[in-house]
Formats: sequence, structure tokens, C-alpha cells
Amino acid sequence: MIDLFVVPLLKILVVLNVTLVCVTYMVLLERKVIAWAQSRLGPMRVGPYGVLQPIADAVKLMIKEDITPTRADKWVFTAAPVISMVPALIVYAVIPFGPEVTLFGRTFTLYIADINVGLLYIVSVASVGVYGIILAGYASNSKFPLLASLRASAQLISYEVAVTLTLVSVILVAGSLSMVEIVRAQEHSHVWFGFIQPLAFGIFFIGGLAETNRAPFDLPEAEQELTGGFHTEYSGMRFALFFLAEYANMIVVSSVATTLFFGGWLRPFPNVAALNFLGIIPSWAWFGIKSFVFLYIFVWVRATLPRYRYDQLMRLGWKVLIPLAIINLVVTGIVKVALM
Amino acid sequence: MGHAIAFYTLSAFILGFAVMVVTTPDTVHSVLFLVLDFLFVAALYVLLGAQFLAVIQILVYAGGIVVLYLFVVMLVNLKRAPEAHSDPHRHTKIGIGLAAATLVELAVILAYGYARPAPTLAETTTAAMPVVGNTQQVGWLLYTSYLIPFEIASMLLLVAMIGAIVLAKREL
Repeated sequence: MIDLFVVPLLKILVVLNVTLVCVTYMVLLERKVIAWAQSRLGPMRVGPYGVLQPIADAVKLMIKEDITPTRADKWVFTAAPVISMVPALIVYAVIPFGPEVTLFGRTFTLYIADINVGLLYIVSVASVGVYGIILAGYASNSKFPLLASLRASAQLISYEVAVTLTLVSVILVAGSLSMVEIVRAQEHSHVWFGFIQPLAFGIFFIGGLAETNRAPFDLPEAEQELTGGFHTEYSGMRFALFFLAEYANMIVVSSVATTLFFGGWLRPFPNVAALNFLGIIPSWAWFGIKSFVFLYIFVWVRATLPRYRYDQLMRLGWKVLIPLAIINLVVTGIVKVALM
Repeated sequence: MGHAIAFYTLSAFILGFAVMVVTTPDTVHSVLFLVLDFLFVAALYVLLGAQFLAVIQILVYAGGIVVLYLFVVMLVNLKRAPEAHSDPHRHTKIGIGLAAATLVELAVILAYGYARPAPTLAETTTAAMPVVGNTQQVGWLLYTSYLIPFEIASMLLLVAMIGAIVLAKREL
């Protein structure tokens, strides 16, 4: 009974809350890092060095007036933010934060579920997330959000192909679809897949930037052309849901990149005994550190690179990334068969 | 018991949403009910222990094909019903004919299923399948027992793809 219901529910509670706190602090990290990149200080007023800024932001967004335009499609308008937030959160069901820990005489696994089709689950849940954006643009009944949502969904669908193809080559190397098994395969082969599949990782990360609508692919919210993007008509907490979903998706991409390409919870060189002292840092902390590096790169890229033009974005996706991903997949398959 | 309750609940939702798909006046809403319907069908697959099929159902249907439907419906403004749509009885005869044909087809399939029950997956799996796990078993069956249908389906998809390219490209 306890193992069937109580433990998974507690895990879900912990993962959900930790994720949401991480998401809010991700906003602060972004503002701070961009400020430093531009020789500013960033938020400094709320708390020491502005560390309480996310809480102030959350309170502000919650007490703001929530407006539904009169001509909007009310049901869809209300559902759209929820539809974009939910997939970003339920992905964490299969992400392994570590192997087992013993706590109060019980053994817990540091993941909510280890399903046979874990990686496919992530891809399919992410593919449902695009509805939030399309519907937000449609339901607002306003031209800029509609244009932005068409752009966003075209972008998401295009880059999804390349990203999924890179995942297939990782599956070929790992021989499993389960996220836990993929990490274990990296432990057994003594090398992180990011080093066997550098091209796949590169395409995955670029595709991840595009799928989360981040700079340099943040065309769906190009202020200069589209006022505010697909969420122009949203205000208050509903706007906040879109905003948080973007950051939650960034954390998802970072976690998946960590798990698939950089050994998940494994410490560096798990087979080298001389580095055993690194074991004092627990497995979940290694996972956190690696994911943080990717999140930092997300922000770094935004602070550094200018935005692509729309035709450049499509050309990059269809004429560069997808062919490269296919070549990578074919070569991986040939090498795998040759080594067998 | 719990299995039966879950099955009938899911089936009720699936049928309910299917009815909503055809009765909702707004086309975009009807596409959304279709998505919900597909998600519940995926839940039904999970209940049957076919996780791979469930995930593929969401990935291909809910996340892929219906997004394209939604694009089409959004772009060809259907808010104001065209003239042809105003007469509800314009296709009654064809409708009844099609419904009767579908019913006969279903009856034949059901009768055939009762007369000659298909081997269950458990029977096929015991017949020397060297792999374990849902995905591996689907793959194994596709490349052994169902190789020819699988290849024909992939040829069909290739033909459709080439056709789409030829149609979309003005000069080749």
C-alpha cells in the first residue's frame, strides 16, 4: 500500500515543487546573467542581491487583473495556458535524478517511474505541448497572436523532426528506450554518449533551443514584429503560466540532454577509482550540476546571439539539421552493426 | 474488477468525446475533442498493457496528425457555415448507406472473430520470441510474422510522400 500509493505521491509532490521553485529561480538567473553580460546589476532591490525577486514577481502576477477579451473563445482561451504548462511538468515522471537511496530504512528510487518506453513518452508529451501555443493564438481572436502562434507551431513541428532523429541514434547506441537503462548503458560503456554522439548532441541542443522558443530562435515572441507574441492578449496568472511553461521546458531539455548525453546522475569517470572522492557529492546533485550548466548555456546564448530571420530558421531546420541527423543516424547504425 | 471499471469509464469517455466531435458547431472545438478522444484511446492501450502503442498513438495522432488538422481548420475560416452546409438533409441517403455498410463490415469482423478466434499475444509470444519488453516484441513481430504487411505499408507511405512533394512543388 505504502509502496503503491504513498511513496509515488510523495515523490510527485517533491518533484513538482522542486521543479516549480527551480523554474521561478531560473527567471532570476536569466535576468542576473543577462544583466552581467550587459554590465548591469540586474534585480537588486528585493532581498540581498535580489534573491527574493521571483517571490515578488509571483505575488505581482497573481494579484494582477485577469482579462479575457470579449471576442475571445472563452473555453479555449482558458484551456490554452494549462495545455502548455501540463506537458512541461508531466515529463518529469520519467526523468531519473539518481539510482536508489536508503532513507529511514527504506530504499527509494530517485525517479517516479521507469517505463519501458520512457524516451518515447517524453517525445510524445512534448509533441502535445504545441497545442497550448496554437490554441492561445487562435482563441485570442487577434491578428498578432495568431501570426505568432502559426510561426511557433511551424517552428516546433520542423525542429521536432531533427530532435527525434537524434534521439533515435542515442537509442541505437544505448539499446533501450528506458531513461534509467540509458544512464546505466553509459555507466557500462564507460563513456558518456555525448562523446560518442557529438553531432547528435549538437543537433539536439540547437533543436532544444528552437523547441523552447528561445533566442536565437525566439521568433514567436519577436516584440518588434509581433507586439508580444502568441500570449499578447493574456494577463496575470494565465500569462505567467505561458512564461513558466517556457522555463519548465528549458529545464526539461537540460535534464534530457544530461540524461541522454552526459551520464545523468553519474559522476565524471565512474570507472576511475582514483576519482572515488567525487562520490561524496550525491548522484542527484551531479544531475543538478550538469543540468544547471545547460541552463546557463541557454541564458548565455540568449545574451550573446542575435535573432534569426524566419526563412533562415526554416532553412537551418530542414536543409541542415534534418539531413545531418539522418546521416548521423545511418552512420551510427552502420557502426553499430559493424561492431556487433 | 478494477480493470473492468477502468475499461468502461475510459470507453464511456471515448464514445462521449466521439459524439462531441460530430455535434459541436465550432470546427476548432471539434478538432480539440478529437485530440481528447485520441488521448483516452491511448489510455485504453495502457490499460491493455500496450505501452508502446499508447505512446505512438499520442505521438503520431494526437501530437502529429491532428496538429495538421488544426492548421487546416484554423486557416480555412469555417466560422460562417457555407451555403451547402445549411441543408442538414442534403446527404441523408449517402449517410445511411455508409452507416449500413460500416455496420455490416463490423458485423462480419465480429462474426469472423467469434468463428475463428485469433491467437492471443501470449500464445504468439511463447512461440519462440527471443526478446522481452513491449517495444522489442512489437519490433520482433513486425520484422518476422508481419514483415510483408509492414513493408507494403512503408511503400504506401513512400508513394504518398512522393505524391505530396509532386503536388506541392510547382516545377520539378
